[in-house]
Amino acid sequence: MELARPELVCPAGTPAALRSAVDAGADCVYVGFRDETNARNFPGLNFSRKELEEGIAYAHERGAKVLVAINTFPRAGQPERWHQAVDDAARLGADAAILADIGLIDYAARAHPELRLHLSVQAAASNPDAIRFYADTFGVRRVVLPRVLTVQEIAALNDKIRPVETEVFVFGGLCVMAEGRCALSSYATGQSPNMNGVCSPAGHVRYVEEASGGVTSQLAGFTINRFGAGEPAGYPTLCKGRFQAAGRTSYLFEEPTSLNTLAILPDLIKAGVTAFKIEGRQRGRAYVAAVVQAFRAGVDAVMAGRALPDIDLDRITEGGRQTTGAYEKAWR
Amino acid sequence: MTPSPTSLTLGPCLFNWRPETLRDFYFRIADEADVDTVCVGEVVCSKRTPFFAPFVPEVLERLAAAGKEVVLSSLALIMSERELEQARELAAAEGWLVEANDVSVAAMMGGRPFVVGPMVNVYNEGTLAYLEDRGATRACLPAELPAEVIGLLAGSAKAEIEVQAFGRLPLAISARCYHARSRNLAKDGCQYVCAEDPDGMAVDTLDDEPFLAVNGTQTMSYHYLDLLAELGDLRRMGVHRFRLWPQDVDMVAVAALYRAVLAGGLDPAEAGGRLEALCPGAEFANGYIHGREGHLFVDADG
Repeated sequence: MELARPELVCPAGTPAALRSAVDAGADCVYVGFRDETNARNFPGLNFSRKELEEGIAYAHERGAKVLVAINTFPRAGQPERWHQAVDDAARLGADAAILADIGLIDYAARAHPELRLHLSVQAAASNPDAIRFYADTFGVRRVVLPRVLTVQEIAALNDKIRPVETEVFVFGGLCVMAEGRCALSSYATGQSPNMNGVCSPAGHVRYVEEASGGVTSQLAGFTINRFGAGEPAGYPTLCKGRFQAAGRTSYLFEEPTSLNTLAILPDLIKAGVTAFKIEGRQRGRAYVAAVVQAFRAGVDAVMAGRALPDIDLDRITEGGRQTTGAYEKAWR
Repeated sequence: MTPSPTSLTLGPCLFNWRPETLRDFYFRIADEADVDTVCVGEVVCSKRTPFFAPFVPEVLERLAAAGKEVVLSSLALIMSERELEQARELAAAEGWLVEANDVSVAAMMGGRPFVVGPMVNVYNEGTLAYLEDRGATRACLPAELPAEVIGLLAGSAKAEIEVQAFGRLPLAISARCYHARSRNLAKDGCQYVCAEDPDGMAVDTLDDEPFLAVNGTQTMSYHYLDLLAELGDLRRMGVHRFRLWPQDVDMVAVAALYRAVLAGGLDPAEAGGRLEALCPGAEFANGYIHGREGHLFVDADG
């Protein structure tokens, strides 16, 4: 089978990051509006309507696409804010909207039949029947897969859902729970990805210095991890903490690690994935540029039948530790 | 017994209880528990399904004979072809109401009446209305919704709105098994260690603070949800069905307490005290309903 060349879908939290990503070789850039309609609702991040308009112009002039993530779940009684976001994405010429909520997808499909729809990872469509539901009912063209499937499962899935496209995460932060189906953050802090577009939000983080010289990281008063003197204290993302269970202390859910699939890119391409997504709209432009360049080189090498380039992304990953996550079955 | 205008649902048992234990549990529920509806089915891990399957027919029969409405609950995270096949069989079950805990199961119902389970994301009127058009006659809402949102949904709903009111809250589901991982086992060779914790495995912080509970691939609250004091307000908002999650406690007595409060025969504060006595060692929370952190317990008048 002829290999299809996957699109590289890159994050942009700011107009500067968008330009960096496009310049570094991104095929698509994904962005969000500056409010709770998207799942990276962080201070100082995201796009005004005017910035999106300018960003789309910049990308389109260079042959790149812009996807707009409107992927939180509209609050009851206030659907207008989310509807407006969809309307504006369509009006400003976004190449697709990335949506998670059934009601919002229904609205988008009816109000903007010409707008290309992608299913957000937050919808956690993990099987062909769920994907076909969104494709057949609303015309969803592409599904961002939840980070629960192995490469083999993704290949089998693609065979069943064509021509619906799949997009998979290839680099960056790693949810260990099925996305969009996790309320751990709101249980601790009152704010969640689904309702507020945030997970383990910075406003609830404290680093407490210990008499021993070490540091305890806390989220909303819960101790998430403890570091020795001189050890770098990582961000207390709830599911990447150390806890006590069954008489042992461990990283029960996941180590503080980040996803890096450079080494398995050939397998993901053979699995028939249409687009590779890099996580990190909250990252700076230097990070985005370095990761995009690495994956651009990786994809181009595989497509040209060359060996994968040896690119070291250690220095920009959390704690330097990397994993291929759920793509390999042993992870489970 | 006079029919109550407010119904109680016993949710599906989320834990891996021994098959005979689970059968006997349901027999006792059928015979003694004052609940209107009982959900049966494996929601968390398909590896557990074969063990209880031989007991399911007699359990369903016993519950139905006792006058309970029986609901068959689907798996929450469906990934493999085998899991899909099981879901299709469930969706095709004649004569039983099905609870869809994944969007794929809602789609499989093909417009026939079904229940939207709490693992399907219903956060707003638009999604609820869409699922109603697809046949949803009842929706058990996600754990993290505040009362204000529940009231808006209850006000706009054609379907019956159900709210979780007791037990450890299902907070997350994963492809990875944390029970296996806690024993350095892989999921494929898990040895079904989740069965060792019939009420979930407590997860404490490094400072010995109780925080979460693990049930195989599911992560739950450490705290038990207790909405005894909020039942009245929720009813006034139009909620007429509440869900009790099975815990490893006397669920017949728990159901009786909720029924007594709903019937106006027991003061919620008094019932709260009795609930604590029924659940030794448990801590309670109700934060979500008050728009707060889920683990908090907020006094109804404060």
